[in-house]
Amino acid sequence: MDFISILSIFVLACFVGYYVVWSVTPALHTPLMAVTNAISSVIVVGALIAAAASGLGAAGGVSKWLGLGAVVLASVNIFGGFAVTARMLAMYKKKEKK
Amino acid sequence: MEHVATPSWAMFAYLVSGVLFILALRGLSSPATSRSGNRYGMIGMVIAVVTTLVTHFPTAVNPYSEAPAAIEHGLQTVPDFGSFGLIAAAIALGGGIGFVIARRIAMTAMPQLVAAFHSLVGMAAVLVGWAAYLNPQAFGIAELANLVLSVDFGNASATDPVRAQLAQAMGGSSVTIPGVAHIAAQSCIEMGLGIAIGAITFSGSIIAFLKLAGKMSGSPIMLPGRHVINLGTIIAILGLVGYFTMDQSLWVIGVITLLSFIIGFLLIIPIGGADMPVVVSMLNSYSGWAAAAMGFTLHNSAMIITGALVGSSGAILSYIMCKAMNRSFISVIAGGFGAAPEASGGAPKEQRPWKRGSAEDAAFLMKEAESVIIIPGYGMAVSQAQHALREMADVLKKEGVSVKYAIHPVAGRMPGHMNVLLAEANVPYDEVFELEDINSEFGQCDVAFIIGANDVVNPAAKTDKSSPIYGMPVFDVDKAKTVMFVKRSMGGVGYSGVDNDVFYMDQTMMLLADAKKMVEDIVKALAH
Repeated sequence: MDFISILSIFVLACFVGYYVVWSVTPALHTPLMAVTNAISSVIVVGALIAAAASGLGAAGGVSKWLGLGAVVLASVNIFGGFAVTARMLAMYKKKEKK
Repeated sequence: MEHVATPSWAMFAYLVSGVLFILALRGLSSPATSRSGNRYGMIGMVIAVVTTLVTHFPTAVNPYSEAPAAIEHGLQTVPDFGSFGLIAAAIALGGGIGFVIARRIAMTAMPQLVAAFHSLVGMAAVLVGWAAYLNPQAFGIAELANLVLSVDFGNASATDPVRAQLAQAMGGSSVTIPGVAHIAAQSCIEMGLGIAIGAITFSGSIIAFLKLAGKMSGSPIMLPGRHVINLGTIIAILGLVGYFTMDQSLWVIGVITLLSFIIGFLLIIPIGGADMPVVVSMLNSYSGWAAAAMGFTLHNSAMIITGALVGSSGAILSYIMCKAMNRSFISVIAGGFGAAPEASGGAPKEQRPWKRGSAEDAAFLMKEAESVIIIPGYGMAVSQAQHALREMADVLKKEGVSVKYAIHPVAGRMPGHMNVLLAEANVPYDEVFELEDINSEFGQCDVAFIIGANDVVNPAAKTDKSSPIYGMPVFDVDKAKTVMFVKRSMGGVGYSGVDNDVFYMDQTMMLLADAKKMVEDIVKALAH
C-alpha cells in the first residue's frame, strides 16, 4: 500500500471513531476504556512479525527477543482487557421485571 | 533479503478485524448490545493474530539448502517450530497473567488497572519500534541503497599496467555494491513517533497508576520552570525524529526513547488526583496513536483503524471530562490543580453553624420521603459502600420510596467509574441517571443523599466567580427538601480545596462517619 491509501484509511477511521465513540452511553465509559485498551493491543501484530523474523546477526537476535517481550506485554493486555470488559459488562442489568 | 508483499487475502483479513473493532465500540452504545460488541472485538483480535502468524510463520535457513533437492524445490528456508513454540509460550504467559489479573481485580481498582494496561501498550510499542529499527528487513521498511564507489583512474591507465588491469576488472571507473540496508525516511518518522508516543504512554501511565493506586501522593508535584523544561524536551524529541531520517545511529533512537520516557513522567507528576479522569483518558488516546504510528510503519490496516478508533475515543473522553469540570484541556495538562492552598495554616475561616444527624434520623426521614436521589462520588468507592447502598435502596423501595441515582461525569477517578461500581452492586442501570437527565428533578425530590461526593454538588460553581470550580456543571441539591451529606469529617474539603455552602444550609444534615458504616447503620435503623 502506498502512503496516501494508508493515510486515507487513517483519516476515515478517525471520523468513524469520532461518531462511534460519541454514541457510547456515558454509563459504559469505563468498559469503553477497557475495551479500547484491549484492541489497541493489536500492536501484537508488529510484535509477532519481530518475534517470527529470522534473526540476522546480533541485531536480528536482539530484535527477535524484543518482539517476544512485546508479545508477552500485548498478550497481557489482550486477554486481561477483554476479560475485564466482559466481567464488567456482565454486571450491567436491567430492572428485574416481576 | 527482499520484503515479500503482504498477500491480498491477509490485507483483507486485517480489514475485517479493523471493522470488527469498530463494531466492538459500536456495541457499547447500550448495555444490551455491549456484550456481543465485546465478542466482535475478541474475534477481530483472533483474526489479526492468526493472519500474522500464518503470513509470518517463523522460518530458519535450511541446513540442507545446498542439497540438490532443496535447490530444485526452492527450499532455502524451513519452518522454525522452535521459534513458533517460543511465540506460543509468550502468548500463553502474557495471556495467563492478563486473565488472572482480570478475574481477581476489585472493581474499585479499575482506574489503576486501566492505567497499568495503558503502560503495557506503550511499552509494547517501544519494543516493536526498536525491533523494527534493529531488523528493518523483517518489517519491509529497509531500502536497499546501492553503494556506488567511484575510482578516478585518470589518464594513468594508459601508462600504468596495474591500474589498467584494475580498471578493466572493475568494468569502468566505478563499482556498485548492492544491498546496504537503510531505513526509508518516511518509515523513520513513523517509527520515531511511534517509539516516542509509546514511551510517553508508558512512563505517564506508570505515574498515573502509582497516583491512582495510592502508592504515590495524589497531590501535584510542581517543578520550577516545568513548562520550559517540558516544551524544550518535546521540541528536542521532534527535532531528533527529524534528524533520525538522516542519521540512523543507535544514539539517535536511544536519546529519543530516553527523552520520551522523561517527558511522560514530567507531564503527569504535576497533575492532581481530581484531574485523573482526564489523564487516564488522555493516556488512552496516546496508546491509540502509538498503535496507529506503528500501523503506518507496517502498512497494516487493522493497526491503523484501531489506532484511530482508540485515539479518538480517548480524545473524546478527555474532552467530555474537561467540559464536565469547565476546564480547558491545556489547563489540566499544565497541572497544579488541587494543590494545597498556599495560605493554609493562616487565619482560620469563620465557623458557621451546621447540623449533625444520626443514622436513625436519616432512616426516619427517608422512610417518610416520596423520592430519594443518591449522588455517589469517589468517597463511596474508597469505602466500598456500593453494596450497602443498594441494600438501603432496596429497603426504601419496599417502603414505596422512589430511589434514583445521579452520576456526575467526573465522579470517581475515571469516566463511568461510578456506573461500574453500582452495576457491580446489582443496581439496575435504568435507575442510574446522568447529570442533565436528572438535575431538574431535585426541585421535587424529598431527600438528596450525597455519599462521597463534594465538588459536584458545590453551589459555588454556579455563583462564586472567584471559585476555582466556577462554571462546572453541578447538581442542584440546594433545591431538595432535605440534603443528607455523608462525609468522614467536617475538616476535609473536596479535591478543589473549596469550602461547600451545602454543609451549612438549613435543610442539610451532616452524617459524619465512614460511608459504608453510615449506610449500614441506616439500613439497620430502617429495619426497626
